[in-house]
Amino acid sequence: MDPQRKRKIRLVVALSAAVLLAVALIYTSFSASTEAKEPSQLLSAAPGTSYEMTGRVVPGSVERRDKGIAFEVRDRDGGGEALPVTYTGTVPDPFRGGREIILTGQVQGGTFVGEPDTLITKCPSKFTAKKEDA
Amino acid sequence: MPSLGGALLGLAFLTSVSAAVLALAGRRGERRWVDRSRYAVYALCALLTACVAIVEIAFVSDDFGFSLVAEHSSIQTPTFYKLTAMWSSQEGSLLLWAWVLSLAATAALYATRNRLREIVPWATAVLMGVAAFFTGLMVFGPGVDPFAASNPVPANGVGLNPLLQHPSMMVHPPMLYSGYVAFTVPFAFAIGALVTRRVDAEWIRATRRFALIAWALLGIGLLLGARWSYTELGWGGYWAWDPVENAALMPWLLGTAFLHSIMVQEKRGMLKVWNAALIVGTFSMALLGTFLVRSGVLQSIHAFGDSTVGPYILGLIGVVLIGSTALIVSRLDDLRSPRRIDSLASREAVFLVNNLLLVGMTAVIFWGTFFPLISELFTGTRASLAAPWFDRYTTPLAIGLVLFTGIGPLLAWRRVSWATAKRVFALPLAAAGLTLVALLAFTEAADSLWALALFVFAAFALAGIGQEFWTGARARRRLAGGSTLGSLAAIVGRNRRRYGGYVVHIGVVLLLIGIAASSSFQTNRDLELAPGESGVVDGREVTYVRPTVETSEEYLQFGAVLRVTPEGGEPFLLEPSKRYFRPTGSGATTISSFFDGESTSEVGLRPGAGSDFWTAVAPDLTDVKRGVADAERGFRECIRGAPGAPAECDALASMMRAAAANPSLRPVAAAQISRLQSLAATRIARGYLDDELSATFRVIVDPLVTWIWIGALIAAGGALIALWPTRGRRRGVPVRTEADALKEVKYREIRDAELDHAAGKLSDQDFAALDAELRREALDVLDRVEAGNGSGASGAEDGGKPDPVEQG
Repeated sequence: MDPQRKRKIRLVVALSAAVLLAVALIYTSFSASTEAKEPSQLLSAAPGTSYEMTGRVVPGSVERRDKGIAFEVRDRDGGGEALPVTYTGTVPDPFRGGREIILTGQVQGGTFVGEPDTLITKCPSKFTAKKEDA
Repeated sequence: MPSLGGALLGLAFLTSVSAAVLALAGRRGERRWVDRSRYAVYALCALLTACVAIVEIAFVSDDFGFSLVAEHSSIQTPTFYKLTAMWSSQEGSLLLWAWVLSLAATAALYATRNRLREIVPWATAVLMGVAAFFTGLMVFGPGVDPFAASNPVPANGVGLNPLLQHPSMMVHPPMLYSGYVAFTVPFAFAIGALVTRRVDAEWIRATRRFALIAWALLGIGLLLGARWSYTELGWGGYWAWDPVENAALMPWLLGTAFLHSIMVQEKRGMLKVWNAALIVGTFSMALLGTFLVRSGVLQSIHAFGDSTVGPYILGLIGVVLIGSTALIVSRLDDLRSPRRIDSLASREAVFLVNNLLLVGMTAVIFWGTFFPLISELFTGTRASLAAPWFDRYTTPLAIGLVLFTGIGPLLAWRRVSWATAKRVFALPLAAAGLTLVALLAFTEAADSLWALALFVFAAFALAGIGQEFWTGARARRRLAGGSTLGSLAAIVGRNRRRYGGYVVHIGVVLLLIGIAASSSFQTNRDLELAPGESGVVDGREVTYVRPTVETSEEYLQFGAVLRVTPEGGEPFLLEPSKRYFRPTGSGATTISSFFDGESTSEVGLRPGAGSDFWTAVAPDLTDVKRGVADAERGFRECIRGAPGAPAECDALASMMRAAAANPSLRPVAAAQISRLQSLAATRIARGYLDDELSATFRVIVDPLVTWIWIGALIAAGGALIALWPTRGRRRGVPVRTEADALKEVKYREIRDAELDHAAGKLSDQDFAALDAELRREALDVLDRVEAGNGSGASGAEDGGKPDPVEQG
């Protein structure tokens, strides 16, 4: 085989591999992703579907339950109705009232039930505890 | 003082602009303009150093007239954290960026002051353009002036977030930033090379070290962040595919690809377009990292508040990408290489494959990281991808990388004959086979096929590297005599770049083994135990011996003593705890604020070569909280002087009444109240010891996780070997000119080929062909040295001047 042709074949093989990977990537990313919603949108969300909820923990609402915690969240800008949340699993250190959190879970009977160990609390870079507790 | 800093910063902006203008005035290589622009860069470095010094002095001396200091430090902040509090803020980070850039630019321009006369002016202009962007951002940007004055000046600052008060957290951001910034140097020189069409390997030789330093710093920064997450967050993981983590990983991956593919350009003159594109991509990713950390466009654990500079950085990325792409396209004819890859069984072909894997991995991570924005664009709703999605793609790519990490060093440049391949692959293949059999026979590694594949390929790679060291040392001994150990030291010393690279490979392979084992074979249990109770995790008995309480100036700490008894092993004690930081800063507090503030987990960790035993505790503070509520009620009654309050309250109540009447007494009264609240909180905290409540423990048995950190240290050591100045330079042997440097490079290549031949990696026939080719090239270079009297490259005014040059 002449080298010119060999190179062409190689190029085609490499490109098709890249295209295949890209298609798989795009396809799986749309099917594997979880929709992100804010608490006010979740109040009316369909039960049985997983969502990634981003909200702000209502100060003073955090309670310890056997096997986990319960608290309420509002939209990140502090507006909207409060959504009750239950969660089991690791609670990150920065978690507390007033913090922004990301949690994956489903709505069951008006309560957002978080999947174990999916709670992410955002790291504050500034020490703003006073403002939040107010 | 803030105004002095502001003035210096303004001056720094003007200096960087004028340095860029001077450099462009000298674009035809006029010495006086180029020299002046370089002096302006030095001046910029001095100015920004002064700015950083002013900020640091303000932090150490608690000068709350700086709003930066007032918002990120306090009198109580430990001095070490005062020194490092600068980069916990956006404006401080920008100042750090600009300062490190000025240092890197100074170092790069000093090293090339007598070389690359055509490229340097353009590189200077690019470096200073970036510097002008960042200094200008601080001067003109909204709310990012590090020298903003606070008004009124507070008596105390709000302090530094205790979560960030961790040694590795203080080193982690500057490492990442320095890594990002150092990639500016090779980028700037690449642009210079493209503009002037001097696209040989000269710019690479001049900036290779900067790329390597950038790569190493970025890697260390990533690892420190992972380590912090592992020991401080009470979560037990070290990587979460968080957008900001990804943002630092992407330039590191592209940088890794770049470090490999530039070797192909240096040795074979190929992949020029690819290299130019890679460094543009790496630099853009570095900027993107800075942008993501500071913009808040993606939901991340690193939420640094709403940034105001995001759009500007995005604009810069746009300019960099569009400008560089246009430049590369317009120079395609110059970048075309006459050579082709001779054979797929050659080192350059493997480097190309490794590059594709690394770029593929970056593409996957990029897509996943920005998927929320992509999905919003196409479907209207934001949706994000979790760790399993990332794992699905990066795992096979990482395994492929390990395999090619193993194959690459075994092959010689250009081509390898079948007979040679059989010889060099025998031992690594045997090692891989043995590992496979041993793993199947003695472990449960087969439960995870990916992990099994990674272990086997890792054995292949490690055996291959071991063989490289061994045959290299043996060949050297045959050529030069001496002991085996001495020969080993000699080959490493004479080929620091190659063997340093191999050491990096060992480290990275160990690190990947650690990641594969700890992510595939981790045991993770939550135990709820009362004092005296036990549970069993992975064959080890865990007993909650007793609760602990520690009180200090900074925090109240609730912990537990755990006794862990491995099957048939010696029991050991672990003390995980949770710290609640006391409220800092001025203002009214309550007793409960001592238990609601920032908290951190101090994990109880027993590291081991086989596995880590990791524990964290979540104490049950129900009784403590009840005590707090009681105390707060009592305190209020006491202050009010309610009937039935103890006699001691009278003094306090009268003090409060006096303070109400006389404002000047208020601070004293407030201080007295805080003191009493602190005493009360401490006393209540001690009560936890008698509560006998059960606590929740998270217990993780993490196999081989220690090898992540060990591997990282080894890799850092390898990078250091590769960076170490070569002997000729260290001993002060003058390498006079660029052509001399080229000559030196050719000689080195010939020596390399001889070594490869002696080590059995090149067949006699291949060696003869290669040697003849290299000698012919060397003769060419020699001719140029003679003809140009050493100037070799550009029409220099003073070609004969001594000219220290870095060697390959």
